Amino acid sequence: MVPTATINNQGTMKTMRKRIIYGATVIAAAASGLLAFSAQAQQQPIKIGMITTLSGPGGYLGQDLRDGFKLAIDLEGGKLGGVPVELVVEDDGLKPGQGKQIAEKMLKTDGIKIMTGIVYSNVAGATVPDIVDSGALYVSPNAAPSNFAGKECHENYFVVSWQNDSLHESAGQNATNLGYKKAFILAPNYQAGKDALTGFKRYFKGEIAGEIYTRLDQTDFAAEMAQIRSANPDVVFQFHPGGTGIAFLRQYQQAGLHGKIPMVVAAPSLDAVTLAAVGDAAVGLNVSSHWNSDFDNPANKKFMEAWTKAYNRPATYYSSQGYDTALAIASALKGSGGRTDVSALRGALVKADFQSVRGAFKFGPNQHPVQDWYALKVEKEGDKLILKTVGKVLSNHADVYAPQCKI
Amino acid sequence: MTLILEQLLNGLQFGVMLFLLAAGLTLIFGIMGVINLAHGSLYMVGAYAAAFAAAQTGSLLLAVLAGLVAASVIGMVIEYVVLRRLYARDHLDQVLATFALILMFNQAVTILFGRQPLFVSIPPLLNGSVQLLPGLAYPLYRLAIIAVGLFIALGLYLLINHTRIGMLVRAGATHREMVRALGVDIRLLYTAVFGLGALLAGLAGLMAGPILAVQVGMGEQILIMTFVVVVIGGVGSIRGAFLGALIVGLVDTCLRAFLPGLLRHVMSGSEADALGAGLASMGIYLLMAIVLLARPKGLFPANV
Repeated sequence: MVPTATINNQGTMKTMRKRIIYGATVIAAAASGLLAFSAQAQQQPIKIGMITTLSGPGGYLGQDLRDGFKLAIDLEGGKLGGVPVELVVEDDGLKPGQGKQIAEKMLKTDGIKIMTGIVYSNVAGATVPDIVDSGALYVSPNAAPSNFAGKECHENYFVVSWQNDSLHESAGQNATNLGYKKAFILAPNYQAGKDALTGFKRYFKGEIAGEIYTRLDQTDFAAEMAQIRSANPDVVFQFHPGGTGIAFLRQYQQAGLHGKIPMVVAAPSLDAVTLAAVGDAAVGLNVSSHWNSDFDNPANKKFMEAWTKAYNRPATYYSSQGYDTALAIASALKGSGGRTDVSALRGALVKADFQSVRGAFKFGPNQHPVQDWYALKVEKEGDKLILKTVGKVLSNHADVYAPQCKI
Repeated sequence: MTLILEQLLNGLQFGVMLFLLAAGLTLIFGIMGVINLAHGSLYMVGAYAAAFAAAQTGSLLLAVLAGLVAASVIGMVIEYVVLRRLYARDHLDQVLATFALILMFNQAVTILFGRQPLFVSIPPLLNGSVQLLPGLAYPLYRLAIIAVGLFIALGLYLLINHTRIGMLVRAGATHREMVRALGVDIRLLYTAVFGLGALLAGLAGLMAGPILAVQVGMGEQILIMTFVVVVIGGVGSIRGAFLGALIVGLVDTCLRAFLPGLLRHVMSGSEADALGAGLASMGIYLLMAIVLLARPKGLFPANV
């Protein structure tokens, strides 16, 4: 039956064929139009959301992060990993609630899929869960509280900086390496302060002569100085980021303790900016850090040269972390072929296929860094104070929370 | 023993510092009825102006002058331009306006000086420490702060209680309309009082420069403590501000210094440290609550 019909309907067949050809052309045209459209969509820069702290006493931290990140984009001519990007920056004002609101707006209104920027752990604590749970990628350039490193780790959450404890573990190891036996330790009475003292004690092999929790908004440390003097330890470890750290170091000198009792600190207590404000009270200070401006590797040389040219101010480790985070995101975009498909981005990012300014860098099982830590010392060269790298403290150091993470 | 003495000196020095801020705040609040949240900004202005002048000229005298003049002039400008319009309004409007001033000052300082904290060195004259007792060396600069603070307290006492201007200030606080009816230019008086308060805040700021960090937002950190002092001492009373400041300074310092040690007798080390730190930071607020419960007008209210 069917063949007869075919024979009988030669004419219809012809029109059918014509129609098919016509239809195919239409589809092809539409498809090519779509192709053209999607090509155009690719030309449209991918938005990267940066929520950071730009106002208040901690404002320079966010400023350096942002400028480091922007530097990487500018060096590639407005692209990251060959993909045009647009950086959307918002100030959280160090308010967790504000950070959360900005994240919501970026996720829902702007449809941003890649976010970064948060400086402080308390803002991260309120904001990061919303971001990663809604299916966007968060790459931390700084804050990395312990809870997100262990059981609450998330496949969309990456940390380029360090896990909070690592900073202070390196200081503890540094104090042990320097042969100190009796330490007096101080930190502000909040989560990061408690993590600091725990981290230090985890790697310090000596005895603890005294332990003080200061107030987070405290600016006068005269009472603590008197207690340090009466305890007479071998070494003092303190964690006071930003302005409080400046006040602490200066008052340490004024109390006549500087030069008598040595001090070890982790990177957040002393960076190139606070160094300028502390002045001579910082000479001889033992700092431990994952990065320093004098690191001798090609990536860092390129970064330092570009930073000095672009901004003409000292680079802090926040600058380096902003830059590294941009490089990490660049590697993810390159790997995903410029698509904002989060699982493709994740797959590329986890390889850490970029040249970090700190040298060796890879991600551990909880997507936090595995990296080396170095001992730095503040020295006076002529009239200038410089932070000089003197040796390695820890190699391929990961955090203790990684085993609890099941990704 | 020397440790206790040293901590008492620390408390005294902290108290004196608080007094300089609280005196201005209590005068403005008690006499003009204005809640001036921007008082901390004037403290910051004093610190920045002095730090800037010191860095430019290297002269202590010019730095002190710059700090005092900048704070008092800006204070008077604020009074003339903003606060004068708010005397008749309720406290909410004043709080809103002065809070806006805080934001504007912080942003202006960020634009002018950047976000990085400034370095201020101790004047060479006041560097080093003095041997007060065997085993007790105390920084000379902190002794100087105590001396300046006590001197200012004496000066204010004489000014308020034994001069014609002081009499007008006291009268203006209680019987504003009557003073005006007697032909006194009360508006000029208010501007002068505001300038004086700003001057004292500037003085506190410039003295704090070498020991604290000169940075944006430094005023807000100390402002809350200052309000506690004013409330404990009694609003509007210079005497209350002085004694309240010393009480708060001493209580805060001693709690921080000795509470963890005392608690360690009854519990384990790290628990004692954590609990002690917690209680010490609540200490002055608890004190304020108790004072408000027992004497709602403060310990030494004005006009009594």
